[in-house]
Amino acid sequence: MTGLFDNFFSGSVPLEGYIIVSLIMFFAGVYGFLSRRSLLMILISIELILNAADINFAAFNRYLYPGHMEGFFFTIFTIAISACETAVAIAIVINIYRNLNNVDVDNLQELKEPDSPEEIKK
Amino acid sequence: MVELIIFYVLAIVISVFSIMAVSSKRLIRSATYLLFVLLATAGLYLLLDYEYLFAVQTAVYAGGIMVLFIFAILLTHKPGDRVPNEPKRQRILSIILSVAGFAFCAHIIFHNINRVYQLVPANEINVKQLGMTLMGTEKFEYLLPFETISILLLACMVGAIMIARKRS
Repeated sequence: MTGLFDNFFSGSVPLEGYIIVSLIMFFAGVYGFLSRRSLLMILISIELILNAADINFAAFNRYLYPGHMEGFFFTIFTIAISACETAVAIAIVINIYRNLNNVDVDNLQELKEPDSPEEIKK
Repeated sequence: MVELIIFYVLAIVISVFSIMAVSSKRLIRSATYLLFVLLATAGLYLLLDYEYLFAVQTAVYAGGIMVLFIFAILLTHKPGDRVPNEPKRQRILSIILSVAGFAFCAHIIFHNINRVYQLVPANEINVKQLGMTLMGTEKFEYLLPFETISILLLACMVGAIMIARKRS
């Protein structure tokens, strides 16, 4: 028992710790992505998945290549890209809500707007 | 010792709240749980000695993206709304799939990583070195991705305004 205790509470944090945490976060995101039907819940799941990838980049960089900064910068760029992606996705969600009055993925058959000017012309 | 205890606390917070975030019935609650997960991730970056990453994560994710999410949720749902239940078959299938994937990856991780990698004290990344690396054009320097990201940000700003504007 004391051996287990020593093993868990001595030394520095092992690399596996970070990877397991990000693994749990990643598969929580996968579960949400597959099971939920609201577009906003799917977006939240995507954020979880991206964040798990970020943790992996930072942890691998810190543990395996402490003198380099590739993972560090990759994490910064990933955060910027996920900010872009969220902004565009939320604009699309709001547009969908305006046209269909809900944001369930089951109701989305087409991306085209129902009463666009071209449609009226025909 | 202290670092390990902090790590365990952060790990438990991340695991519990990320699962709660994807299984909550109310959208605004799951956004709040996502906020906790993101802040705990910022704590992990601090534990890894990446202070700048901590600041970026807190400012961009917990500050910017969460505000966007809360705006979107409040614009598309009434405050007390519950998300309707998903079909049971779909939920069970996705639970099975993600648990299987988790077991597979955890197995691979525990059989391929041994504890030879120990944390060595890193040379501290100061902001000057960071800026020089971000703005340099030599090997392992990142001016081109930086400029690409700035163009991407501009494009997505224009695109988001174009998509979300009111049609007259």
